[in-house]
Amino acid sequence: MPATPNPATAATGLNFPAGTALTARGLSVHFGRNKVLKEVSIDIAAKAVTAIIGPSGCGKSTFLRALNRMHELNPDARMEGDIRLFGDDIYARGVEPVIVRRRVGMVFQKSNPFPTMSIAENVTVGLRLNGLRDKKLLAERIEQSLQMAALWDEVKDRLNAPAISLSGGQQQRLCIARALAVQPEVLLMDEPASALDPLATQKIEDLIVHLKKDYTIVIVTHNMQQAARSSDYTAFFYLGELIEFGPTAKIFTNPSQKRTEDYVTGRFG
Amino acid sequence: MTVSNHNWRKFKNAFMQTLTFVCAILVVLPLVLVFYHLVKEGFSALNWNFFTKLPKAVGEHGGGMVNAIAGTFILLLQAAIFGVPIGVLGGVYLSEYGGSKLNWWIRFAADILNGVPSITWGVVVYGLLVVPMHGPSALAGGIVLGMMMIPLVMRTTEEVLQLVPGGYREAAMALGIAKWKTTVQIVIRTALKGIVTGVLLALSRVAGETAPLIFTAFGNLGWAHKLTEPIAAMPLLIFNYAISPYDDWHRQAWAGAFVLLMLVLAINVGVRFLTRDRFKQKA
Repeated sequence: MPATPNPATAATGLNFPAGTALTARGLSVHFGRNKVLKEVSIDIAAKAVTAIIGPSGCGKSTFLRALNRMHELNPDARMEGDIRLFGDDIYARGVEPVIVRRRVGMVFQKSNPFPTMSIAENVTVGLRLNGLRDKKLLAERIEQSLQMAALWDEVKDRLNAPAISLSGGQQQRLCIARALAVQPEVLLMDEPASALDPLATQKIEDLIVHLKKDYTIVIVTHNMQQAARSSDYTAFFYLGELIEFGPTAKIFTNPSQKRTEDYVTGRFG
Repeated sequence: MTVSNHNWRKFKNAFMQTLTFVCAILVVLPLVLVFYHLVKEGFSALNWNFFTKLPKAVGEHGGGMVNAIAGTFILLLQAAIFGVPIGVLGGVYLSEYGGSKLNWWIRFAADILNGVPSITWGVVVYGLLVVPMHGPSALAGGIVLGMMMIPLVMRTTEEVLQLVPGGYREAAMALGIAKWKTTVQIVIRTALKGIVTGVLLALSRVAGETAPLIFTAFGNLGWAHKLTEPIAAMPLLIFNYAISPYDDWHRQAWAGAFVLLMLVLAINVGVRFLTRDRFKQKA
């Protein structure tokens, strides 16, 4: 755990021990006439785990996807506001979403290894399709990424086996390895363990805690215990607004907002 | 609930079950009959000459349809060269790019084209190519079959691409892979088997087309030496032989139909084997 920041600070301006990775200011996202995210301002701590919690439809996935411009895949989406990644405006004119996404990787709720590729090919797909051909470097990245994703020991003898032959939890860790292989600065996770059994979930959570040494992690979760166990900071979203943001311990034990307290104690949501 | 009521229900259930089963059999029956008849009549008329000799004039015994067999291959090859790229890329556009309104019109047009009687295609290409070129040609025959393939291939390509889960597209895009690379390397690769199957079905369908070739390829009792000359095709020759009054030609027609069926079967089986799932046995 990082040093406890000043609990009196608002959603922005917390003292992060390793600095700030992402800053969002006045972030709103519309889908057609529907405004699903309303003027959210938040700072995301570098090399720490930030959990996004809130009931279904509160805009937490939309927030996550705005952080690497994935929401743009929906042609009806429109975004206002400002997001900076280590100071760089990721929505600036001339900035390609493709480049943003190489810096801000993503892992999805449903594990989605490419079915036509082997385990090794899945890990390197992001590198290969972006032009990396060096076999030695690719081999290094395969081992390194699978090690980081805590999957290496289980698959090192069958790297050429089909990715879809892995179990659900292994597939999800493979997807994490695939995202890590392109060496992003930030890793976004959209309910990465919600489709997994408790043991596989445990492994993913251990992995998240382990990864924050090197990466900034933002995780959307429905699972309150998961947020409490594995995150350093927690943001509570409700109906498209950021209700409260602070150190996880404070959000779960001493929230300053009534709605946060009601949600984390299971009174609604 | 009374017992008699229960029996009546059981009877209705059994009756409907039997009815649907009979209907299912009726669907398969024509295929079995056609196959049986073709094998019986066609196989016995097959001999080495059939595959190596040119057709003989009326009244002369023997001869074969080597030129028509080759002609059908040449026509199908042209049709594939012309029709497959346009059809597949059109399907990719419909599935991966295009706006919904334009797509609706393209789909609508393709569905109408798929329902156009095949003779109409022949007339269209007659006007577009045969008249300006002052005569029927192998090229016109290939183009007409290719044109017929385009809407078929486009729609099946679109459908199989739509079956690729959106999660794969998202995963690739989230890795910072450009859209066109995602489309080619992830989406099309995942759906390749379905696309190939669609292409094969389209090829098999046009392989047996006769009507559009009457106006375009025209037929040829000998060899076509250039693509600008009329060319023989199996369906055309089968048609001409079948409506003739000669027993010898009838036998040739049976043999031709049998070979055409085997050809279509071979294309399907062969390419399915080539595109078989790399991971199937292990997965």
